[in-house]
Amino acid sequence: MSLNVLAVDDSRTMRDMLNYALTQEGFTTHLAEDGLHGLEVLKGLNPDVIITDINMPNLDGFGFIEAVRGQNRLRNIPILVLTTESAAELKARARAAGATGWIVKPFDAAKLVKALRMVAG
Amino acid sequence: MQNATQKVQPSVLELLAFRVAGQDYAVDIMMVREIRSSTVATSLPRAPSYVRGVINLRGMVLPILDLARRLGISEDDAEMARNVTIVVDHGGRSFGLMVDAVSDIITIQTESLQRPPSLTNDAEQSFVNALAVVDGKMLRILELETVIPRPSEEAA
Amino acid sequence: MAEIRATFFAECEELTEALEDGLTGLSDDPNDRETINAVFRAVHSIKGGAGAFGFKALVRFAHRFETAMDELRSGRIEALPVTVALFFRAADHLADLISNARGGPAPDGPIEDGLLEELEKLAEGQPAEDDAPIEFEPLAFSLDDFSMDDAPPKRRFSIRFAPFPDLFSSGNDPLFILSALADMGEVSIHCDCTALPCLEDLDLQQCLLSWTIELETEQEEADVREVASFVEGLCQFDVTELVLAATGQPALDPLPSFESVRDPIASAAIALTVRDVPDPSKPRLTLSSPDPQSTPLAAPSVATANAAAPPAPDRRAPPDRRAKPDDGKGREAAADGAKESRPTVRVDLDRIDRLVNLVGELVINQSMLSQEISTAGLAKNSAVSVGLEEFLNLSRNIQESVMMIRAQPIKPLFSRMARILRETTAETGKQVRLQTEGENTEIDKTLVERLAEPLTHMIRNAIDHGLESPEKRAESGKNTEGVVTLSATHRSGRVVIEVSDDGAGIDRPKVVATAIRKGLITAEQTLTDTDIDNLLFLPGFSTAASVSNLSGRGVGMDVVRNAIQDIGGRITILSERGKGTTFSISLPLTLAVLDGMVVQVMNERIVVPLSAIMETLSLDQGEISGFANGRRVIKVRETFVPLLDLGAELGYRAAPDRYENAVILLVAQDNGNQVAIVVDRIEEQRQVVIKGIEKNYGRVPGIAAATILGDGSIALILDPADFVIMASGSSRFSSGTLALAG
Repeated sequence: MSLNVLAVDDSRTMRDMLNYALTQEGFTTHLAEDGLHGLEVLKGLNPDVIITDINMPNLDGFGFIEAVRGQNRLRNIPILVLTTESAAELKARARAAGATGWIVKPFDAAKLVKALRMVAG
Repeated sequence: MQNATQKVQPSVLELLAFRVAGQDYAVDIMMVREIRSSTVATSLPRAPSYVRGVINLRGMVLPILDLARRLGISEDDAEMARNVTIVVDHGGRSFGLMVDAVSDIITIQTESLQRPPSLTNDAEQSFVNALAVVDGKMLRILELETVIPRPSEEAA
Repeated sequence: MAEIRATFFAECEELTEALEDGLTGLSDDPNDRETINAVFRAVHSIKGGAGAFGFKALVRFAHRFETAMDELRSGRIEALPVTVALFFRAADHLADLISNARGGPAPDGPIEDGLLEELEKLAEGQPAEDDAPIEFEPLAFSLDDFSMDDAPPKRRFSIRFAPFPDLFSSGNDPLFILSALADMGEVSIHCDCTALPCLEDLDLQQCLLSWTIELETEQEEADVREVASFVEGLCQFDVTELVLAATGQPALDPLPSFESVRDPIASAAIALTVRDVPDPSKPRLTLSSPDPQSTPLAAPSVATANAAAPPAPDRRAPPDRRAKPDDGKGREAAADGAKESRPTVRVDLDRIDRLVNLVGELVINQSMLSQEISTAGLAKNSAVSVGLEEFLNLSRNIQESVMMIRAQPIKPLFSRMARILRETTAETGKQVRLQTEGENTEIDKTLVERLAEPLTHMIRNAIDHGLESPEKRAESGKNTEGVVTLSATHRSGRVVIEVSDDGAGIDRPKVVATAIRKGLITAEQTLTDTDIDNLLFLPGFSTAASVSNLSGRGVGMDVVRNAIQDIGGRITILSERGKGTTFSISLPLTLAVLDGMVVQVMNERIVVPLSAIMETLSLDQGEISGFANGRRVIKVRETFVPLLDLGAELGYRAAPDRYENAVILLVAQDNGNQVAIVVDRIEEQRQVVIKGIEKNYGRVPGIAAATILGDGSIALILDPADFVIMASGSSRFSSGTLALAG
């Protein structure tokens, strides 16, 4: 059985790329276009791992992660932040919000997959 | 027929020969789309006299030219005599040329084409870009580029 | 991947549009946070996607642009007009880079350097972040296998991994750290459970275990440390390299596989003491299975059978799969989650054209059928007629839907023009503002491209020639800032696009003088203002004293007019000295099907677009009220309306002196006036398929297109407005060129 990944990113290109890369590797991908949409999708989903962007409309990555961590059911799901920014303060903020790890764009598909498998088993 | 020695340039030309107003003309067969019986055309207002009008060619609006008038070789309205319409394509546009009858498909050597001598009738000269002699008859080969009216001319 | 690339470029178009809209919004309201965030995100997203495809130049520029925008976002700088103007220029350049990435021409180097410099100035004082974004290494676990030809030296590490209690709150799981280490080579793992309290005091959310791991691997220490990069700060992770014994033998015993390592942990859990008398207030802990070997009790936070706790996903099961309690729901959600809002499909324009043609043929077919049926004398309420009626409605719906596929809002074209305006304004040094109206007006996609060039010329002309210099404007009491207005609207079945400026208007005496000088007209001719204005459309006409850099390039209004006419449109000028000039372009909607009224004139059938007809009246001789300005007029209610004989104007016959039982079509012109067109009779009202004449033949004055009637014959479709222009022109000028404005 394949792992379920929820990928949240406001860029259609990025969603397509993640979908493509992950599906190839046997993941089952679910997509959302911003934090708010991500929460919607999570209502009916228990993914094994979540990947999220930071800069998104409606509810950004930080807010999304905090919201997810606030739900008992989702409290321990690994969340990887995937973004082009890599400033230390942003990482700290993400960590404070409850992110599990940080991957920088442009991502190497193989590395991403390994990272996912590592946090999600 | 064909020369034994091949030349680098295309050495043969295939022509569709036809008669209009008693004279023999021909056109490069590559430009001919089809040949049909002439039908009544819907006239276009304020069009030159050699433009008969337009007909419906399987859904396409095809302008019809009275070739005799266009070439200036006949002024009479012998519409009924122009039984055949040759549909030609040139430069992305299609036209129908009304002629008397189609004669033959002829293959000639390009090297046997002759330049037309200067004639008193300049209008006719510009429509014909080459001559060929076939079976003792002189064929005037049409230059479609000049025969087919340029769009801007008609917009006046 | 080519698909995704196409998606990227499509998204770039949207993002550039959003960026421009946002910047325009910032011009009006510089403090709107939403807008600021939106423009930042637009550039950010472009950068992200570009990076994925390796468009280095684009990424580099986007990155600098983004950095500057971040200053705005964080409030360190404000959206001053000069800043917004810089951002606009940067956005234009970004668009050029995107187009270059797509295969277009490379953008201007010096311009780029200039922009980069200015953007950097904005961001001055801030630490330059990662100026080489493409070389980012994912800071996640670096799991590259070193591919070395020789067997790399094995290293041994002793690792102490002691997660802090709240490690779980970040979604991390020590198991995965351990498995990552196990993946790197051979491991021996020992679990230290000494920190565990008794079960009833155990907080499931806390990690109280720690491990000592011995790892033999070919990888380097840095790689080992990287395994824990996610959990930096959340644990103690000490790595010490052990030196192999001189004999090369591993200093430790052969290591067991990781699988069996679970046992010590499981057994450690079992070794937990349980109080004999559990306090009933505390939840009882029950192990999910009595068999320690198969119990997935690798970590305390595993799913328990505790009813009070919410069922956590049983993730830590042994490699044989676990049951997911909410599997069914998960699958459902998967279907929804994968769906995104507004799914779109990319279709080749050719296919749409084919579809449009087929729909057109469908309409012809159905009208022929209709004709057959009425000829066959079937009653209106017969099953066949009723069925046909429904058929007509259905195909009408199809046709409308298909038409909507090709129609697009004109907004992107206006945005392009906005950029032309910005560039031209910069070049001429004048101050110009662009106003747009009706940017959501839909026009056929094929027209958009064909309009770009003519509109560009018109905008350039408006700025270069139409608008005066700021000084002159001030002198005449106008705002130093000139206004160019672009508008689009639907009017009487056509699309009307206007370019107007509030400049000086056409200098008619100058135009006449130049025309005389160029021999285009003679000094004796009397011309109306409209006639003079239309002189501008003559080839080679240019009144610019100094051939300016832009408009003097030899592209005159005649080229513009030809371009408009090529797409079946008309162009007219309206100008008032001192107030400004308006160019009005009227285009066919390019609908393949038209509602028309088939009329008869001298045995010829002409189709008049229904949308142009205001009213039909029957004509009695007595109503012709004689002549005015050389034209016959009739009285319609209280107004006098000019009368045109359709047959006469089209050259079918001379205008008769008397009419008997003739019919009048009242047609409205662009300027609101009415004209009465006389025809012999009205045959019927029906839908017709528009067939172009332009392609093969060219333009026919007064005629819009042709159609194929039910009997297969061709009927011409009248262009009422052009017909009126043609009719008015022909009676006043011998050569048609001067009078015709389009």
